[in-house]
Amino acid sequence: MRSMVEGAVSSRQDVSPSLRTENLTIRFGGHAAVNDVTASFRPGELTVIVGPNGAGKTTWFNLVSGQLTPTSGRIFKGETDITRLSPSARAKAGIGRAFQLTNLFPKLSVRENVRLVVQARAGKGPDVFRRASALAAVNAETEEHLATSRLASVADLPASALPHGDQRKLEVAMMIAMKPDIFMFDEPTAGMSAAEAPAILDLIAVIKQDRSKTILLVEHKMDVVRALADRIIVLHNGELVADGKPDEVMAMPIVREIYLGQGAEEVA
Amino acid sequence: MTYAAISSPSTPRRVPAGRLAVYAVVLAIGLALAFAPFLFPDVRAQEVAARICIFIVLVASYDLLIGYTGIVSFAHTMFFGLGAYGTAIALKAMGPSFTAILVGGGAGLVATLVLALLIGLLSLRVKAIFFAMVTLAAASVMLVLASQLSDYTGGEDGITYQIPRAFAPAFKLFEDGDGKVARLFGVPLNGRIAAYYFVFLTSLALFLFMLRVVASPLGSVLKAIRENEMRAEAIGYKVVAYRTAVFCLAALIAALAGILRAVWLKYAGPDVVLSFHIMIDILLMVVIGGMGTMVGAVIGVVVMTLAQFYLKDLMQIGADATAGVPVVHQLLEPDRWLLWLGVIFILLVYFFPAGIAGTLMNKEWRR
Ligand SMILES: Nc1ncnc2c1ncn2[C@@H]1O[C@H](COP(=O)(O)OP(=O)(O)O)[C@@H](O)[C@H]1O
Ligand SMILES: [Mg+2]
Repeated sequence: MRSMVEGAVSSRQDVSPSLRTENLTIRFGGHAAVNDVTASFRPGELTVIVGPNGAGKTTWFNLVSGQLTPTSGRIFKGETDITRLSPSARAKAGIGRAFQLTNLFPKLSVRENVRLVVQARAGKGPDVFRRASALAAVNAETEEHLATSRLASVADLPASALPHGDQRKLEVAMMIAMKPDIFMFDEPTAGMSAAEAPAILDLIAVIKQDRSKTILLVEHKMDVVRALADRIIVLHNGELVADGKPDEVMAMPIVREIYLGQGAEEVA
Repeated sequence: MTYAAISSPSTPRRVPAGRLAVYAVVLAIGLALAFAPFLFPDVRAQEVAARICIFIVLVASYDLLIGYTGIVSFAHTMFFGLGAYGTAIALKAMGPSFTAILVGGGAGLVATLVLALLIGLLSLRVKAIFFAMVTLAAASVMLVLASQLSDYTGGEDGITYQIPRAFAPAFKLFEDGDGKVARLFGVPLNGRIAAYYFVFLTSLALFLFMLRVVASPLGSVLKAIRENEMRAEAIGYKVVAYRTAVFCLAALIAALAGILRAVWLKYAGPDVVLSFHIMIDILLMVVIGGMGTMVGAVIGVVVMTLAQFYLKDLMQIGADATAGVPVVHQLLEPDRWLLWLGVIFILLVYFFPAGIAGTLMNKEWRR
C-alpha cells in the first residue's frame, strides 16, 4: 500500500510544490483523526480529496488553514513552515478556506460578509479615522465579487436570510474574495440541488483556468470529480491510502473496497 | 416572510420609522443637555444632567465591548475609578489646578492602559466566561485596594478636594457693569456653568468619537468578531489583537469619564466611582437602551437616571393624590420606589427585548 502511494506521480513534478504536509498527525484523545499524512500540491493542479465520512478530510483542512494545531508533523506553504502560524496569518499568506458547515456572519448583510474579506486583505481593519463605507476601492471590489458570484440581487439581506444554496455560494464567494494561492473547498455543493450546484462548479472551473492556483476540493459527486480532477487523494481512517491520476486511483482495489463497502452508487 | 418578498431589490429602501424616532429622541436629549443649565437651573437638575453626560460616555464605551465585540467584562468601573481616583488624589495633593487634573488624570490613564493591556493579553484568548471571571477578580482587588490604601484614597469615606477656581461657583466667567456676575436668561455665568460645559463638551466629543469608531473599518471588524469569531480569524483578522485593542480603548474612555466625574463631583469614593453598584447600573443601562446600538446608551442612561432621581418624587405626588384610596395609596408610598423601579425594568425588558433603541430600530425586519 505504501508503495502505491509513493508510486503515484503528479503530472506537474517540474513545478515546486505550493503546499506540503509532512507526516501530519492530530490525535483527539487516543484517536488519530489525521494520521501521518504526507502530500504535496502544485500550482495549476486541482486535487480532489475523497474518503468516507469521518475519514479526516475536514480535520486535515483545519490543520492546513490553522483552525487546529497538529500533534506532530509540519505544514509548508512554498518553502515557508507555517505549522505554528495563526489562521489569520495563514489567510494573509495566501491560504483560502471555504467551510463544509456554512460559517458566515449571520446577522450581517451578504455585502458586508464579502466586504469584510476584501477589507481584511486590503489591511484596512485597524482604521478608525474614516467610515468603512468610504473605502472606495474596497467597496468597488466587493461589488465585483458579488456580481461574479451572482449574489448582487440579495446583497442587502442578512446572510442568515439566504436559502441554503445561496449561503453556500456566499461561503465560496468569501474565499474567492481572499484571492488566495491555495483554495480549499470542503464539500462546496453539499445539500445543494442539482440545479444549484453548477453555479459553484463554474466558479471553481474559472479559478482552475488561472494556472498559478492550487485547488483542493473535497467532493463526493463522481461526475464532478471526473470533470474537474487532475489528481485524487483518498483518505481513510485519517490515513492517506491512495494518491494519483483519477482513473488510476478509481481503479485501485483499496478504493473500490472503501467505496463498495460504503456506497457503491456514488462511485459508479 | 418568503424569500421572494424580502429579496425584491427593485423596491426603493424605505426610511425606517423606528430608526427616525430613536434619532429624534436622542437629538432632543442632546439639545436638552446642551442647554441644561438654562432649561433646568436648579442644583439637583444640574447634578442629574452632568451625571447623564458622564454616564453616556461610560455606558457607550461599555457597549463597544459587550454590544459590538461580544466581550463581557466586569472591570469597567475599575477603569472609571482609576481615572477618578488619579484625578482626585492629584487635586488633593497638588492643590486645585489644571496641572493637577492633567497629571492625575494622565496617571490614571496610564495605569488604565497598562492594566487593560495586561488583562487583555493574558486572558482574551481564553473562553469568554473565564475572561469575565478575571475582570471580576481584578475589579474586586481594586475595591479592596481602594479601601486599604486609605492614606491616599480616604478608604470607604473617599476624598474631597477643591477643583480649579475657574470651575467654582464663586468664579465669574463674565462680569456686568457693577462687577457682579453676568447673567444669561437669569442664570449666573459662573464657574459652575464652566464646569458643566467642560463635562458636556468633553462627553460630546467622546461620544462622537465612539460613533465614528463603530462606523469605521475597525467597528466593522468588531461586529464580525461578535458574529463569528472563528470566521473573522479565518479571513485574516487577528482576533486577539482586535479584542485587546477595543478592551484598552473602552477602558481609556471609561477612565476619561472618571476624570470628568472627579472634576464635577469634587469627591471620589468607592460608592460613586468604583463599586459594583455602578457596574450593575451600567449593565442595566446598556441592556435597557439596546446593546450594539451606541444611541441606546443615551436612552438607557436617561431613562434609568431619571427613574433613579425622580421616581420617588413622582410617587409622592401619586401618593398625595390618592390619599383616600386604601391599597393604591400604600403602593405609591415613596419608600417603595425600588419595587417600582424593578417593575419598570421588567416591563422594559419584556416589551423591548433588544433594548429600547435596539428594538425600535429593528422594527422593519420583524414585519
Ligand atoms: N474537534 C474534534 N474533537 C474530537 N474529535 C474530532 C474533532 N474533529 C474531528 N474529530 C473526529 O475526527 C474524525 C474525522 O472527522 P472529519 O475530519 O470531520 O471527517 P470528514 O471530513 O472526512 O468527514 C471523526 O472521527 C471525528 O469525529
Ligand atoms: Mg468533512
